[in-house]
Amino acid sequence: MTATLTLPERRIGLFLSVLLALMGLFMAAAARHGVMSLHGFMALGLGLGLVFLIGGSLYDPAPPHRRPDRYYDAPTRFGLTLTLVWAIIGMGVGVWVAALLYWPEATPPWPATSFGRLRPVHTTGIIFGFGGNALIATSFHVLQRTSRARLADSISPWVVVLGYNLFCAWAVTGYLMGSTQSKEYAEAEWYADLWLVVIWVTYFTLYLRTLARRNEPHIYVANWYYLAFILVVAMLHIVNNLALPVRLTTAESFPVWSGVQDAMVQWWYGHNAVAFFLTAGFLGMLYYFLPVRSGRPIWSYRLSIVSFWGITFFYIWVGSHHLHYTALPYWAQTLGMTFSVMLLVPSWASAGNAIATLNGAWHKVRDDATLRFMFVAAVFYGLSTFEGSFLAIRPVNSLSHYTDWTVGHVHSGTLGWVAMIIFGAIYTLVPQLGGKRQMASPRAIEWHFWLAVTGTLIYVIAMWNAGITQGLMWRAYDRNGALSYSFVQSVQAMAPYYLLRTIGGALFLTGAVLCAWNCRATLRGAREGAADRPLVPQPAE
Amino acid sequence: MLKLHYNLEKISMGLVAAIIVAASIGGLVEIAPLFTLDETVELPGDLRPNTPLELAGREIYMREGCYACHSQMVRSLADELDRYGPYSLASESAYDHPMLWGSKRTGPDLARLGGKYSDDWHVAHLIDPRSVVPASIMPSYPWLTRPLDTALLPDALATLARLGVPYDKEMIAAAEADALAQSRPGTEAADGFQARYGARPAVQAFDGDPSRLTELDALIAYLQSLGTLTDAPYRALAEGAP
Repeated sequence: MTATLTLPERRIGLFLSVLLALMGLFMAAAARHGVMSLHGFMALGLGLGLVFLIGGSLYDPAPPHRRPDRYYDAPTRFGLTLTLVWAIIGMGVGVWVAALLYWPEATPPWPATSFGRLRPVHTTGIIFGFGGNALIATSFHVLQRTSRARLADSISPWVVVLGYNLFCAWAVTGYLMGSTQSKEYAEAEWYADLWLVVIWVTYFTLYLRTLARRNEPHIYVANWYYLAFILVVAMLHIVNNLALPVRLTTAESFPVWSGVQDAMVQWWYGHNAVAFFLTAGFLGMLYYFLPVRSGRPIWSYRLSIVSFWGITFFYIWVGSHHLHYTALPYWAQTLGMTFSVMLLVPSWASAGNAIATLNGAWHKVRDDATLRFMFVAAVFYGLSTFEGSFLAIRPVNSLSHYTDWTVGHVHSGTLGWVAMIIFGAIYTLVPQLGGKRQMASPRAIEWHFWLAVTGTLIYVIAMWNAGITQGLMWRAYDRNGALSYSFVQSVQAMAPYYLLRTIGGALFLTGAVLCAWNCRATLRGAREGAADRPLVPQPAE
Repeated sequence: MLKLHYNLEKISMGLVAAIIVAASIGGLVEIAPLFTLDETVELPGDLRPNTPLELAGREIYMREGCYACHSQMVRSLADELDRYGPYSLASESAYDHPMLWGSKRTGPDLARLGGKYSDDWHVAHLIDPRSVVPASIMPSYPWLTRPLDTALLPDALATLARLGVPYDKEMIAAAEADALAQSRPGTEAADGFQARYGARPAVQAFDGDPSRLTELDALIAYLQSLGTLTDAPYRALAEGAP
């Protein structure tokens, strides 16, 4: 990390680290006890660690080569490492809580290991830890390559990566200690939310500053998606998390929204976290790595324009489909349903554009597991967006809502689409970052691919069956007009499916562990970085 | 159009502005009217806010992530009415910061839970769910027998009052005492509690032991209050309102 920084940059880094340590100390001292104080100590620890790291190498030799003519890949490499660490944490906890649903007696008697506290660790660990780090790390790479320019500076990428991971660590340790806003996928407490705003502004500024230095007249489509991801996530995050802290020295707070308005804001956030975190950003990834890996240009420029604006405009409306038949006004539910169905058009335009791009490269899909990851991702993207539009239709939703069908739908998106495109991008990027021709073990990629596909299919099919069974049992009447099943009978009926989903998840996790091992083996001892260079004007002889 | 976009994608701030506009419209159209249309939430006259003890229980409900497996929203569907009770109204959660409607029913809906089971049942069920429901897959919560920390309650009520929940100054000042009083029936403090909150909130030794104020007391007080803060859903169902 420090070896890539010049002396003035190291000084700025040192200053920021001291600032972070002081902030942590102040937080810990003000809160005195509880979650917020521990979080203060975490920030203090990170700050001090960085002080020692940077201070210890302050006068080491400066980076050897002229820098504007090199891409800055060190933050990407570090971010990908964190991506894999979070993948194993998030998926590991996921498999564990899945097992607890089948075998609840295995719950240890401590508060921190209870299902209700671990469940947000799984969702945050996957969405923000695994997904977020992958987005940030790949966005730095894609931004530089498609702009043919080095990142605008060398400090802010580290601020973004380290600061973002401090947020993630605050969030999950908070849940374990019982600190939560209880808003799904936005459980982190108020000061963590504020911290994320600071990090996000830094990220956005870095993005725009680098775009301003680009040596290409056009901004490539992948960057539109990354930009939409950064901008809209900021908007959603700020509005949904508006809260009044009970005291400035405690973690506890109350959201300013209540009741039906809170429900609408929450699912406007919740579904657009799916849209702009789990879809837009990853489409950016797809639009870059798929053409690069397959060696084929994007099939249709027009289609990518239509689908980008369709997704950006339509998605924002659909959150209310989470609230069918509830106390939300009927007109708002209907709008959500209508736009959810319309959303299928831009979604399938994207998926179709990706698959059509592979025309002429199908032999590579057959032979190259990395490209196959991306192909399967595009297929699952198409399937789960179809399923999403279908589930948003009011009568369908009356059966599926509150059941495990929703869980299955989410996982066909996250396992089948998000994780697959991440792995495709990782297997493309890591050899480049290590200056190698290919991953250390191509066979392990093949194994990973089949583990991931098998795991996803087992998981999703089990959850379809579980959800439809639940939905049908809840609404079944007998001949006398009484409900046929008690609730607990529907719980008992879930046992085989919960076991199957645990097995599916475990297969998927095994694949991720293989990936982490393979990446480590590839990057070990790598000295030379990526071989490609930005476009820099050469001085005349 | 294509030409327009061809030029737009050369200007980063143009793209930024266009994204903000495109992504704002839907939210504005769907969310803003919910704050201005009066019929979105009609507050019934008998709606009461949670008592301090119930509020403390609600915090425990959130802390333990109960909302991940239990919804609090009866949809207007025949089987849900038969299984749980009257469908939920927007007004019922008008004072809920945040709402706990939930999104998943790994366990049953809890919107109409209040009064359905005895306090003793809840104690047994929370400590060891399978002792009363053998097929349950709910985890046990043995640590809920620890003492309840009430130190934050006055500030919590004050914060909610600032957000529009009708707690008056007296309620805020007496929050800690009222939390204790609600679990000690027949005491002088309990009379003071009822003077502030009326006769409707239950005054009971929720965990069966009036000498100790535990997290169980708070959580059970909250669970027993679910669906009892107003009678409006029952009236709406009887009148056959839409």
